[in-house]
Amino acid sequence: MKAVNRIEGVAAPLLRDNVDTDVIIPSREITSPARDGYGAKLFSPWRYSAPGGPENADFVLNQPPYRQASILIAGANFGCGSSREMAVWALAQFGIRCVIAAGFGAIFRDNCIRNGLLPLVLPATKVAALAAAATLQPAGWCVDLTTCTVHEPGGSTHPFNFDAHDRAQLLAGLDAIDLTWQHRSAIEAFEAADRQRRPWIWAAPDPSEALPTKEVP
Amino acid sequence: MGHGITVIDRLWRDHLVADLGHGRALLHIDRIFLHERTGPAVLEGLVAAGRAPAHPAHVFGITDHTVPTLPGRSEATMSASARSFVTALRRSTRAAGVPLIDIDDARQGIVHVVAPEQGLVLPGMTLVCPDSHTGTVGGLGALAWGIGSTECEHAVATQTLVRVEAPRLQVRFDGMLPAGVSAKDMALALIARYGATGGSLNGQGCAIEFTGAAVRALPVEARLTLCNMAVEFGAWTALIAPDDTVFEWIEGRPHAPRGAAFDIALAHWRTLRSDDDAAWDATLTFDVSQLAPQVTWGTSPEHGDAVNACVPDPATQPDPGRRAAWEGALHYMGLQPGAALQGTPIDAAFIGSCTNARLSDLREAARLLRGRKVAAGVVAIVVPGSMPVRAAAEAEGLHRVFLDAGFEWRLSGCSLCFYSGGDSFGFADGSNRRVISSTNRNFEGRQGPGVRTHIASPATVAASAVAGCIADPRVMGLGDGHG
Repeated sequence: MKAVNRIEGVAAPLLRDNVDTDVIIPSREITSPARDGYGAKLFSPWRYSAPGGPENADFVLNQPPYRQASILIAGANFGCGSSREMAVWALAQFGIRCVIAAGFGAIFRDNCIRNGLLPLVLPATKVAALAAAATLQPAGWCVDLTTCTVHEPGGSTHPFNFDAHDRAQLLAGLDAIDLTWQHRSAIEAFEAADRQRRPWIWAAPDPSEALPTKEVP
Repeated sequence: MGHGITVIDRLWRDHLVADLGHGRALLHIDRIFLHERTGPAVLEGLVAAGRAPAHPAHVFGITDHTVPTLPGRSEATMSASARSFVTALRRSTRAAGVPLIDIDDARQGIVHVVAPEQGLVLPGMTLVCPDSHTGTVGGLGALAWGIGSTECEHAVATQTLVRVEAPRLQVRFDGMLPAGVSAKDMALALIARYGATGGSLNGQGCAIEFTGAAVRALPVEARLTLCNMAVEFGAWTALIAPDDTVFEWIEGRPHAPRGAAFDIALAHWRTLRSDDDAAWDATLTFDVSQLAPQVTWGTSPEHGDAVNACVPDPATQPDPGRRAAWEGALHYMGLQPGAALQGTPIDAAFIGSCTNARLSDLREAARLLRGRKVAAGVVAIVVPGSMPVRAAAEAEGLHRVFLDAGFEWRLSGCSLCFYSGGDSFGFADGSNRRVISSTNRNFEGRQGPGVRTHIASPATVAASAVAGCIADPRVMGLGDGHG
């Protein structure tokens, strides 16, 4: 995975709580297994006046300069609801590389880390202040993961906490599966012991009950 | 404070492969379920990276999310997008040696209905799926949670996942559920009282154990309903410690252990409980004795109240953010502050989903529908949770009750829990129709662009279908067929 350290650019305010992944990317927009093509569909219920219709001039991400936003400042419980990772893909393909919020849906947050999109948590009052600042000064923001600092265009800085392990992984662009394979011997030891301890987990399925593996489609 | 541990700690320890420090652990994942909307991305991602499943026999594919449910379904009646997903899942599971329950399989249905009923989930298992309602199977005493597709690649490739220890939250339901009130109402009332993030602490989703007399009294299907809704509460996952109710339900299921193997497993399952002096990070209690059937009025599962309550007034909400959210919700839902929820006309009623489409849910709805008719102009649809549930319902004649009342009796799938471009209520775009639904989410546009969703129990959905408006199932009695 590509390493992440600094994100610079325009910050867009979207200060609503409980923004769910259904509005970030509705099911009707998930039309094939392909992983691309989601940028145009991001927030489609809010960006477009009707499915396939013209843009809503009112929506922040339709307004210059926020059309170029790489940082989104959002409300609490951002990304709640469905686990669809397409929500992260849609944000990333639009160009968002960091979301600052008072809190995130748990699955969404993990999906962000897996895709190198930064989910930053700050207290609600601080987030509201940053959103107000982004309304006045959209350009010139910086989120620095190396120093765990948000830099406002006006010069104010705000430290943030970030899980140390996730941070190290993002800064180095490490692959999660490769990291886990460093524990290969522990995995093998666990499985060997578990086969004795919980044999019912490991029992081969009765062939008469076995679920089919699909033959030629 | 005692030194006891919780059932969650027991499951954590049972699956601990490596302690990674700072509360982080590498956990063994016993089972992984894939459905067609995300399964292909998982398996193809592995192939692209030159990886393979660690234990393909412990991974299961199923078609549920996008499959059509109108009777007579086939390749030809699938939407183009459903076809692309299902074809991709067939191809990728076959290449990986992963079993697949396809659309024509007699066991097909919604993954969180099928996995328990086939005995594929057992107490004490860890189980993941790229679907947020995976915690449903916590009702059997499994530690199960929803993940994204990339995280699922990790699970399939290594049979493990890295987790940070979650805060432990005990949610105790005391008292006895009144007649006409169900596990769905318990869940909705809990979320209404404590909010959509009530199941998280310091921004972290909790592992919830549901306890208390009211939970012990729940049959297994109701326990699945209760755990299903925990994700809407902001929890990481939820479970109910397994007991004889669960053990008897599991015994004899196709993939459950048999004979001596069952006895060995049972001895271990009986240890899966919390000590009386276990330490919890927080405890919530809720008395169900006066609980009324619930219904949501807004666009979050936390926007709920008793069915005989009124639409709240945002002006009375002290928190400005919440007030704005309520105003937006009421605007979307087309409701006036102070209006009675009962009597709000509906355009459609839907009974389905991993939350409430099991046999007991269908029986409960049928009890209220027997001898009655759906109100004129109301579209009413039942999508059983699985084809075996459907067959069992037909064996009891429930389908005749639904059909005679004016419900469509469909085949199984996730269907109208969400609008994927396939199944539809048939509403015109922009018509802002109102649906009462036994599902789990009432987000804006969830069931279709502009569709207004009210979540409720199957009984409340059935009563409302007959009344043509949001209705209290208790007023209708228990299916005496009169009034």
